[in-house]
Order: sequence, then C-alpha cells, then structure tokens
Amino acid sequence: MVRSDVDGEAAADERVLQYPLPGAGPLDPPGEWARLRQGCPVAPVELPSGDRAQLLTRYDDVKQVLADPRFPRVGAGQGARIASDSGGVFNSDMASAVPQTGPEHQQWRRLVGRWFTAKRMVALRPAIEAMAESLIDDMQAHGQPADLKASLGFPLPVWVICTMLGVPDRDRDKFSYWSDTLLNLTRYRQEEIVAAQAEFLAYMGEHVRTKRERPGDDLLSELVTATTADGGRLTDAQLVGTGQGLLVAGHETTANMISKMVAMLLADRRRRWEQLLAEPALVRTAVEESLRFDANPGIGMPRYLAEDLELSDATLPAGTTVMCSMGAANRDMRAFDDAEEMDLSRSPNPHLSFGSGPHSCLGQALARTELQVTLEVLLRRLPGLDLAVPVEELQRVEGLVVGGLRELPVRW
Amino acid sequence: MTVRVGVHEDRCCGAGQCVLLAPEVFDQRDEDGAVVLRDPEPAGSLHAAVREAAGVCPAAAITLDDAG
Repeated sequence: MVRSDVDGEAAADERVLQYPLPGAGPLDPPGEWARLRQGCPVAPVELPSGDRAQLLTRYDDVKQVLADPRFPRVGAGQGARIASDSGGVFNSDMASAVPQTGPEHQQWRRLVGRWFTAKRMVALRPAIEAMAESLIDDMQAHGQPADLKASLGFPLPVWVICTMLGVPDRDRDKFSYWSDTLLNLTRYRQEEIVAAQAEFLAYMGEHVRTKRERPGDDLLSELVTATTADGGRLTDAQLVGTGQGLLVAGHETTANMISKMVAMLLADRRRRWEQLLAEPALVRTAVEESLRFDANPGIGMPRYLAEDLELSDATLPAGTTVMCSMGAANRDMRAFDDAEEMDLSRSPNPHLSFGSGPHSCLGQALARTELQVTLEVLLRRLPGLDLAVPVEELQRVEGLVVGGLRELPVRW
Repeated sequence: MTVRVGVHEDRCCGAGQCVLLAPEVFDQRDEDGAVVLRDPEPAGSLHAAVREAAGVCPAAAITLDDAG
C-alpha cells in the first residue's frame, strides 16, 4: 500500500523494529524499552526469522497475555517463528511427549508440581549448599581471576537437576555437555546436536527403565509410580520428556541468572554487595530484585493469539503473534515505584520474570532456592568478591532465547 | 482489624511463594503442590506476609478481604 504524506505520521508509528532490541551496556536495558512503554505499547517488530510479531512492553499487557490460558506458547506451526534455522530443542518433537496445553498439560503439571513444593525446596537446600561449597572450593583451588559462570553458575543447576533425577554424580559431566549442546544453537554443529540428542534420549530411556525396576529416593523414582487423579501414570516417553524439560528449562536459565545476578550486585563499585554483606537477611528480596532488574533476560515469551484480544490500549486480531517482554514490563513505572532503581529490599516484588498465571514457570521455587543459596554461600565464602574486569567489558551471550553473559571474570 | 484469606485451588500454579512467606497461613499439598489454606483469619502479625504473598502470587490465587 502506498501512503500519502498525510499518513506520514502514522507510517512513522508503524516503523518496524528489528528484534531483539540492542542493549546499551552489558547490564543495561535496551533504550527502546522506556520509549515503547510510554508511546508504543504494542510495537510491530521483525524477528530474526523475518516473521512479524507485536511487542508488548507494559506490565499490565504482558501480565494479561501471559496469564490468559487461551493463548499457549507458539508452536505446532502456529504463529511467527523466532529464527528460521532454530533447530535445537525448541523445534524438536522430544519435548512434545509432554502435553503442552489443556487438561493433559494440567495433569502433567500437577504430577510434576510435587517436585517443586516449598517443603521440597527447604529439604533440598542443604544439598544445594554443599554443591555450591564444593564448586567454590574448586574455583578457589584454581586461583584467581576465575570465571564464576564456568566454575559455579553453569555446573550448579546441572548438578541439582541430576540429583532430582537420581542421576549418579559420575554422569553429571555428560548431562552438562548434553544440556549445553541441546540449547546452544550456535556453538555446535548440527551433527553434534543430533548426536547429543540421541545420546541423551538413550541415556534417559535406560535411566527411566532402571528407576521403574529399582526406584531410589529421588524425585524421578517417585514420579515413576505416581498416579494422576484418574489413576493414570506417566509413560516412559513422558518421563524422558520431563527430564529433558527440566534440563532445557532449568539449566541455562539458572546458570545465566546466577552470573547476571552476581554481576549486577558487584557493579556500581560493589555498593550492593556491601549492602548484602552488612545485611544478609536481604538475600531473598535481593534475588527477586535481580530477577526483576535483569536487563538481558532473552527475547521474551511469544504467544499466538487464537482469538481477538483486548488490551488496555488496543485490540489485537486473532492470528497475531505477540512477543511479551518481561524485562521491559518489569521496569514499568506504572507497576513499580522507582522502577529504574535496583532496590534490594523491594517488597512486594510481583515481577514477571517467571511469567504469570497457569503457565508460569513450574520450577520457579527451585530457581529461587538455587539463586538464594548461591548468593548466601558466596557472601559467606568470598566476601571480598569483585569483578576482575570493568563492567563495560562483560560480554553478552549471542544466544537468542536465554540472555546472559559469556563469562563473569572475578577476584576475591 | 481482621483479614479474611481465601485461596483458589484451581487457579494455583504451585509456585510456593505463599508457603515460604507465610507458612503459618499457607501450605501445599504433597501430591501436586496445590495451595492449602491453614488459617483463613491470621493474626495481625502475619498480615504483612499474607499481603506480600497475595501480591506476588503469579496465579492471583489468593484473595484478601479486609473485614474491618
């Protein structure tokens, strides 16, 4: 359609942004977030695949869409693709063994939900603490400076997942490799990804069979025998898919968040780190604030609108793919006082980093526990922790889905 | 002042925040992590924690009614 000059202003408003949006520094939010929240809360964007989506940046809008059970995440050929070549796990059918929507999803979620209760997390704390201690021992033994991401952030969540799945300690490194390969869409060749998928599936299939025959005291064993309200049980394929889901959803995300959290706390001349050393009781709210303040959380959550949707300021037609930017929403001053300030004692802190509503992150209690324990142990063991490079020299990872820092060089 | 607490078990997504913030008031079922209300009229000393729990519940499954 050709626009006349009269339409110039409208045309400018419909300017299509390339997505993801660039951030200024490694810990800074994209400058566009504030502008879009203010003036263009539904913004047309072009994804790396070339497909179009509408970007939502306001707290209320993002929360409303994420919490709406009518709109599942994009998949099954519906809606815009993020990247045209995103092979990896997001397009594989491995994860589809786990029902994604409807009553079956609800039932699966309730079965697996038993893994993540607050009581379970309290019980798991000492084990996580011991893992953090042991990883920090190794990091110290290797001397400084060290990469806190490789030494602590990356291995810790895999170790935790292995414990939950009842995988022996000697196989942790295999899990680390598979997880990295399945998620990293750029670093590995296609053959390596395919081989890792096959190895992982074979291992997990065998592991599930073993647990059926000889259940242990791990959570996977419990799930093997658990029954749904109507007496159904999870199939082997579903159990393997669940194990994979745990790795996909719980590893890279937590690994990156540990490093980003520590980076945010050490930036600004360690002012926040000192605050926590003086007041360790702030660890819980500091973790929540780190989750809220994360300027580099990845691309956000895509949703396919199967029906028209009415937002506060606009109506979106059925067939639209929306991209929910939780990072932008988390800095919306309509929802948070001094939204652009990192306040370690902020409470309540209803950030959207784990989503909202029935599809909000199943493992959020685990992620919180891992982040809290890691921070507590670091404050106790390495009170003198500091960045080994200037903040500006930290580099973002190039991956699309989960945002993070490539390395976190530290001294202590 | 009395605060009446209500929970929507069917909305609950098992995030467990309420149990961590106010274990005297909220619990989770062992089988599936769904919310269990232990005390619908908690003492005044717990009101702040209960309000925070309601404020951060990702499923908006906790309702508060200030009965005056």
